[in-house]
Amino acid sequence: MELWFSEYHSPDIKISIRVRKQLFSQYSDYQHIQVFDTYEFGRMLVMDNVIMMSEKDEFIYHEMIVHVPMAVHPHARRALIIGGGDGGALRELCRYDDLEEIVMVEIDRLAVEVSKKYLPTVAASFDDPRVTLLFEDGLRYVRRCRDMFDVIIVDSTDPFGPGESLFTKEFYGNCSHALRDGGILVNQHEGPFFHNESTEAAATFKKTSQIFRHVMVYQAHIPVYPAGHWLFGFMSDSYHPLNDFNPERWLARGIRTNYYNTSLHRGAFALPTYVLRLLHEGVLLDRVYKRVVEGGIWPPDDQLAGAQAHDMDEIDFSEIERYGEDDA
Amino acid sequence: MNKSGAQPFSPDQTKAPILEALLDYRSRRMVSFDVPGHKQGRGNEELASFLGKQCLSVDVNSMKMLDTLIHPTGVILEAEKLAADAFGADSCFFMVNGTTSAVQAMILSCCSPGEKIIMPRNVHRSSINALILARAVPVYVNPSLDKDLGIPLAMSVKDVEMAIREHPDAKAVFVNNPTYYGVCPNLKEIVRIAHEARMRVLVDEAHGTHLYFQKELPVSAMEAGADMSAVSLHKTGGSLTQSSLLLLGPSMREDRGYVHQIINLTQTTSASYLLLSSLDITRRNLAIRGDTIYRRVIEFADYARNEINQIGGYDAFGSERCDGDAFFAFDSCKLPVHTIRMGLSGVEVYDILRDEYDIQIEFGDMLNCLAILSVGDRPVAIERLIAALSDIRFRYGGEPAKHLVNEYIPPVVVMTPAAAFYASSEQLPLDACEGRIASESVMCYPPGIPILAPGERVTPEVLSYIRFAREKGSKMTGTEDEAVEKLYVTNES
Repeated sequence: MELWFSEYHSPDIKISIRVRKQLFSQYSDYQHIQVFDTYEFGRMLVMDNVIMMSEKDEFIYHEMIVHVPMAVHPHARRALIIGGGDGGALRELCRYDDLEEIVMVEIDRLAVEVSKKYLPTVAASFDDPRVTLLFEDGLRYVRRCRDMFDVIIVDSTDPFGPGESLFTKEFYGNCSHALRDGGILVNQHEGPFFHNESTEAAATFKKTSQIFRHVMVYQAHIPVYPAGHWLFGFMSDSYHPLNDFNPERWLARGIRTNYYNTSLHRGAFALPTYVLRLLHEGVLLDRVYKRVVEGGIWPPDDQLAGAQAHDMDEIDFSEIERYGEDDA
Repeated sequence: MNKSGAQPFSPDQTKAPILEALLDYRSRRMVSFDVPGHKQGRGNEELASFLGKQCLSVDVNSMKMLDTLIHPTGVILEAEKLAADAFGADSCFFMVNGTTSAVQAMILSCCSPGEKIIMPRNVHRSSINALILARAVPVYVNPSLDKDLGIPLAMSVKDVEMAIREHPDAKAVFVNNPTYYGVCPNLKEIVRIAHEARMRVLVDEAHGTHLYFQKELPVSAMEAGADMSAVSLHKTGGSLTQSSLLLLGPSMREDRGYVHQIINLTQTTSASYLLLSSLDITRRNLAIRGDTIYRRVIEFADYARNEINQIGGYDAFGSERCDGDAFFAFDSCKLPVHTIRMGLSGVEVYDILRDEYDIQIEFGDMLNCLAILSVGDRPVAIERLIAALSDIRFRYGGEPAKHLVNEYIPPVVVMTPAAAFYASSEQLPLDACEGRIASESVMCYPPGIPILAPGERVTPEVLSYIRFAREKGSKMTGTEDEAVEKLYVTNES
């Protein structure tokens, strides 16, 4: 018998991964949590049929969501993780000795328990004495905080389940009050390629741009996520992720990584043009390419014409040029 | 089972006769050579793909197995009986033209032309319009005003008593239970004194469905002994928009046939089975689970009130305001928030929530905004509302804003709404109307309570209020002129 786990990335595409064994399956108060042992990716955490992480590629996501802000902030003392039940972001944060306090607010207790039991290499730092683990609604927690954190990491599920409120303006607004002067927020910013994630990425960029002075998106290659291409958002009123980045200071820490490095830090902010268009102008890839459906053109010509004209004439190259300057 | 306790008979509330008949209809795969023309959705693919095939397959015409709303003898009658039982009423009519039509049916069936009806002035436009249709004469009881909050309350018993004494020939007393803000009158006492004076008590319970299913909530019209009540099952109960109930108490038994005739004057002869089945299914749900459902809603609302009051600047008021009279009881499923002390009018908060946070609340007025909680609420939504209010205060909050003290302007009634509506009239710019008699209404919508009703004098206070409300961003409506810059006034004055 062959056992395969499939996840739909759009109504018309799915990714399938061969499973050795299902290790866990249970409905919590918030979601359906499963753990599979797979041939290619090792153990894999799945929530509401969406892959959260695999043992084989989780280092990419967790290193990128933590080391980018931590390499920019010159003296972070208190950090907050919203979500992140698998413990991977926490594990990376705990590698910074000068962090004095780390608060993690996860809504689903079962997510943490399952990770501790089945993903011990990921959920490795819950016993660190600096960690306070709270099981409550992230939005509820953060709206009660004022000037408390230097770094906030939003490691949420997609906005179509329990992570819904972590993609709202009220959440980012309250986060901005919860940050101290010089604070940095990083979120998982969905993917740019398929329709659902890309609309959400564009909407989140728009919302956060109204709140923070610097909002810049960076990317990573994550094989188990839709299209293997994922985005993160860097937000701060004080620090620019490239201009205020000091590679020597980070290298002096001697933190060994597997994906992140100081050159990649700069490179990750150089985005493909279609992603820039998506973020800055809301142009969805779905609207730009053409296919023939049952004798007709999809999307309809009027939409297509609009999108093309728009794209060709009004791409904002200043963003791209800015990255170029930073790189030099 | 409704909260008023034992009934003479106990119909099976787990049944849903209209739903069952529709399921049966669908399973027979009937071939239609009748209306509607889309024929189970086949004739309109785009509509079927948008609303769903299941939905269109039961958008059908009256027929033997499905009964007819005009003259129900089968499953609709059975469903109406079950609904009457669930709401503790003697009988019940399913309404598909909105609660507006239920309110109009109540007034039309109690007041003949020229007859008087006692009512608070802060009624919904549907009631004022019913007065035009019925050519009835309103005796307005000015609602008490909470000066601090700037909201009209319910009628005080004393004021109703006085109106009854001064107008012993009035046919009925019309009551809101609750008002938009969740304020309930001393309904039992009003029923007692009205009945003593041989007047009917008609209750607008557009926002009161839940009162029937939760012991902790204020008394419902049927429990208080009122004669009729219009209940918007769709507003807080979960049925489809436009579906509604007209409830009759035992005192109306003799007149039930007449009420039915009145309803059939204006009700459609092609009642939608989508609406009818939604009434049936919703009634079953509330009869079985209403108590638990609304217990949860009250918990949500109380939690939100508490949290919002901790933000600072806001006053999410509630039952602590009850005064034993015009604010006799509070419907704790409502979430009114006094915003003006935080520096923003209620309309401004209402607009910011929608435009910047994708949160739509029910309405905002000069000093308050109102969120309505119902069967469909979830913790995540409540948290979003609280967090958004917190962020709004941080971002836009300031010193208490200047505002008009009186939200309620006592009207100067010169002629009946019907006389003014049908009188010869001319259209003038608002500012030129001062001193004239309005022949149409002006209101902010929502909430749809007229600032000016037909037959009332256009006073300087009214004009300045309209100007102020417009300035603050209220959506004005009611006049023939869509921009509400011109008003029809009667030629005689």
